[in-house]
Amino acid sequence: MSEHNTSPSEHHDGPEGTAWIWKVFWILLAVTTVEVVLGIIKPEILLNPFLGTTLLNVIFIVLTIAKAYYIVAEFMHLGHERKNFIWTITLPIVILIPYLTFILLSEGGYMNVLMNQ
Amino acid sequence: MANGAALEQNTSALWGGGRQPFGASYGKMMMWFFLLSDALTFSGFLTAMGLYRFKYEETWPVAEDVFTHFPLLHGEHPLLFVALMTFILILSSVTMVLAVNAGHKNNHNGVVLWMGLTIIGGFMFLGSQAWEWSHFISGDKGAIQLKDNTVVYLTKVGSEGEILSVYELVTGEEKPHGDHTEFSTGDVVSAFGLNTDVTLRYPGKAETTMPRAEAVKAFESAKVIQGANLRENEYGNVLFADFFFFVTGFHGTHVFSGVVLNIIVFINVLMGTYKQRGHYEMVEKVGLYWHFVDLVWVFVFTFFYLV
Repeated sequence: MSEHNTSPSEHHDGPEGTAWIWKVFWILLAVTTVEVVLGIIKPEILLNPFLGTTLLNVIFIVLTIAKAYYIVAEFMHLGHERKNFIWTITLPIVILIPYLTFILLSEGGYMNVLMNQ
Repeated sequence: MANGAALEQNTSALWGGGRQPFGASYGKMMMWFFLLSDALTFSGFLTAMGLYRFKYEETWPVAEDVFTHFPLLHGEHPLLFVALMTFILILSSVTMVLAVNAGHKNNHNGVVLWMGLTIIGGFMFLGSQAWEWSHFISGDKGAIQLKDNTVVYLTKVGSEGEILSVYELVTGEEKPHGDHTEFSTGDVVSAFGLNTDVTLRYPGKAETTMPRAEAVKAFESAKVIQGANLRENEYGNVLFADFFFFVTGFHGTHVFSGVVLNIIVFINVLMGTYKQRGHYEMVEKVGLYWHFVDLVWVFVFTFFYLV
């Protein structure tokens, strides 16, 4: 009993060396730079309505999720864990957060409509 | 049936104790489950902000008009300072991975170096956040709160909505950098009466400017607000300030506790606790927490400052 509480996790071979760490760093930095530049110049062409918001906002959200993927899969090493563990952690997130977001944002829009009547 | 029995035997061998069905130790697994629940907490806060942002779409401030300062630089630099904060946090995440990586190789000095740098990065981020908060609290140009709690800006007639600071209206001079003079409502009302070319404009996406006559009428029973707190916010809807303090504050608390945990583990590393234990998994566990703090910031950055 005490043994499995103190023994370390089995080792999952990730890539060797530290080059992969810096690679992920440059990816995160590049994505952040793109976000900041787009946020400052706000290109007119990206401000057209798209999926209930603007194309620019959709780009921001997609880039954010890409960053989140790299942090979780590489820095937190989840991508190299066992499959059952990966799904145990990601499924609740993938199901619950979009659900909550959908409910609250659509209700917020409805409250706005009611308020302005 | 024979198959079922074999499966049962395997299952009890796997889950009966003494093994790691997920290939992760108890402590690491529990850290992940804690982070899972914490992620749901943060998403609750951010989506709640989304709800009110959609509800008060017209008066919700545009973040680029709110956070425009950068230390030692004059003028308006939207997004630059939060970009720097993001960079600091990503960099401290990288040093944390390097510490975990050194731990896997039982490289004691490597762990000491990279964990030390991670702690420094944590303090730098906390300092930046304190700077950001103090600027938000003391405010910038000042605004007028109308009787129905709507916040409006001063602007010159025909200046395409450029915000006139309360300082400039009262003194007639441009507001010096870092000035925090507080003006009474009486001063501002009389200055507004004298400057007949000044009117009011709504903040947020609408940016409607009132005709002067309407502005004079609205100015009766108006109140000057400078800066932001939980009850008033010169940048627009007060809920924006409430969510700013709450969400970035809750994230800052996480950063702070992350730094504290990092320091505790750092001291243990220095004392050779993990060297003696033969593995540095504790560094990996606090590393998970530290990366999570970075992960949350990525979302706060997007949904507070960009979108």
